[in-house]
Amino acid sequence: MKDLGSIARTMPWRIAVAVVVACLLAVGGWVFAQDKPPAPAAPAAPAAAPAPPPSKPDPAGTATGGIADVTAKTAGKPTLEEVADFAGHNRVSINLMWTLLTGFLVMFMQAGFALVETGFTRAKNVAHTMMMNFMIYAIGMTGYWIMGFALHMGGLGAISTMGGTGLLDSEFTISLFGKDFGLFGLKGFFLAGSTYDVAVFALFLFQMVFMDTAATIPTGAMAERWKFSSFVVFGFFLSMFSYPIFANWVWGGGWLSQLGKNFGLGHGHVDFAGSSVVHMVGGVTALAGAMVLGPRIGKYNKDGSANPIPGHNIPMGVLGCFILAFGWFGFNPGSTLAGSDLRISVIAVNTMLASASGAIFAMCYMWLKYGKPDPSMMVNGMLAGLVAITAPCGFVSSFWAFFIGAVSGVLVCWAAVFIETVMRVDDPVGAIAVHGVNGAWGVLSLGLFSDGSYGDGFNGVEGTVRGLFYGGASQFVAQIIGTVTCFVFIFGASWAFFKVYDVVFGMRVSPEVEMEGLDVPEMGVHGYPEIQGPATLVHAMGASMPKTPSMAMAPERSR
Amino acid sequence: MKKIEAIIKPFKLDDVKAALTGAGIVGMTVTEVRGFGRQKGHTEMYRGGEYTVDFLPKMKIEIVVPDSLADKVVSLVVGAARTGSIGDGKVFVEPLEEALRIRTGERGDNAV
Repeated sequence: MKDLGSIARTMPWRIAVAVVVACLLAVGGWVFAQDKPPAPAAPAAPAAAPAPPPSKPDPAGTATGGIADVTAKTAGKPTLEEVADFAGHNRVSINLMWTLLTGFLVMFMQAGFALVETGFTRAKNVAHTMMMNFMIYAIGMTGYWIMGFALHMGGLGAISTMGGTGLLDSEFTISLFGKDFGLFGLKGFFLAGSTYDVAVFALFLFQMVFMDTAATIPTGAMAERWKFSSFVVFGFFLSMFSYPIFANWVWGGGWLSQLGKNFGLGHGHVDFAGSSVVHMVGGVTALAGAMVLGPRIGKYNKDGSANPIPGHNIPMGVLGCFILAFGWFGFNPGSTLAGSDLRISVIAVNTMLASASGAIFAMCYMWLKYGKPDPSMMVNGMLAGLVAITAPCGFVSSFWAFFIGAVSGVLVCWAAVFIETVMRVDDPVGAIAVHGVNGAWGVLSLGLFSDGSYGDGFNGVEGTVRGLFYGGASQFVAQIIGTVTCFVFIFGASWAFFKVYDVVFGMRVSPEVEMEGLDVPEMGVHGYPEIQGPATLVHAMGASMPKTPSMAMAPERSR
Repeated sequence: MKKIEAIIKPFKLDDVKAALTGAGIVGMTVTEVRGFGRQKGHTEMYRGGEYTVDFLPKMKIEIVVPDSLADKVVSLVVGAARTGSIGDGKVFVEPLEEALRIRTGERGDNAV
């Protein structure tokens, strides 16, 4: 027999399910009703137009789509102008579709970050670590919509592949050495006014998910001790100020991108998909934040030696890495902002090759040096390869892509240990080594190995992009300037923000909270209520459940 | 009655259970426990750093049997749980004053 309480609990669910099913049926019925009569001729076609070919099934797909599908005043007989118009619209359609779809892939990388960071930290902090990765998506997006996008892209000018965005034409510049130095954009706040435009909106989506990638990197390095309230404020700081300004310098038409035009340094600072703009910004912010926060309790002994603090769930971390590697097929190939730019096949292959060599070389390094191929370091190795190839993916051959990944696989293992034991900065997930160090390696490697097969006219400079080994020494100089600028500006701005916030409000939870785990004190709930200790068990199994006779009577299986 | 308490390697639990049920033992209680003996934990590697795990996971089995069966049960447990390497565990036997089946109120040997 069911008591009234449980009926009351289950009733709304049943009603909800019934409503959903009814809606599905109604929609389905409507769709099928639309499907029944054979499709009439396009209503726009005038009566004089030739009758469209009789519709019949086309299982092979060779007859679907033809001249009749070109929008024309006289259906089936488009003028040359109408054909050209249609071709242009088609090209931009492909490019906008590509930009949006790859943007959706990059959005899913948030899930990868959440799993990697939560898997490599302890069970007592899972709700807190997971929710930082979750909320940065919402917080970052909001900040970027309010003003981040305007500062970042407000002075970009027209992007030929997207058929629009020319209305983003307002860059704040200062004059130095007789040259204009673009500092930040000033158009597109709230995507309002003249930026209410399809091309601008597609660009917003793509750039927003990139910004969010940078924003979610520090949550890993600062995990297990960061006050959630402080994290929320940081989310707005990065999405509204620090990221947009540096990104403007490289991608928004700002001064780093103009080093080539103004000073003859290659094509200016070139970063195809964001080794510096996204990953190094995230990694350097993580470094500043982890330094201000200090190490987790128990990380270092009195003599300065480090204790390993193993993550609680290796499978979670590995799954996260795979999701990130999948999302990277949006990150790098999407950065053409054009599906009609067929270089995307080279970019996609370079991306996967670097991820493979990164993982392999991290495996070998750990195996040879420490006796076992450490799982978390192999994960870091694959991510490091991906981070490093992000800048040069469009400009190098597959050999150099594999090589760049191989270097990053070793570099990340070395850097993670160096940061932990020599710099004594506690980074639970290796975010600084993966994104900061290998982000720098990525943009520098572009200046070394770009082979001159792509990038004609990049940043307004004629000719293709060539690195040091292909006769482009000045390109390498531009890459060094970009890397140093990224470190100095982002580290300075982030460190100042974190330090001031720490002094005024406090960034770190109390030692008691840290020892207990941040989940309940900070978030109000355990991530894993049933395995968090006997006290919680009693609570979960007894106090929180209604004590009704029907529950108590659940009989044992009788034999 | 005797209470036999065995601390064994976790992966030996199925073997021990099979040996005991095969010999007609009808009940036991199993707990996941942690501890160390002369083995003194072991070291693991994480991200290039070595650390010691002091308390190793073990299984504790508690079996209550009439006095006459105690020796047989002990030898079954030892036989099934032994791998020959360090950390195989221990068996403790202690006398038991009383047992009571909650459902029926039976006592003593009838209750186990």
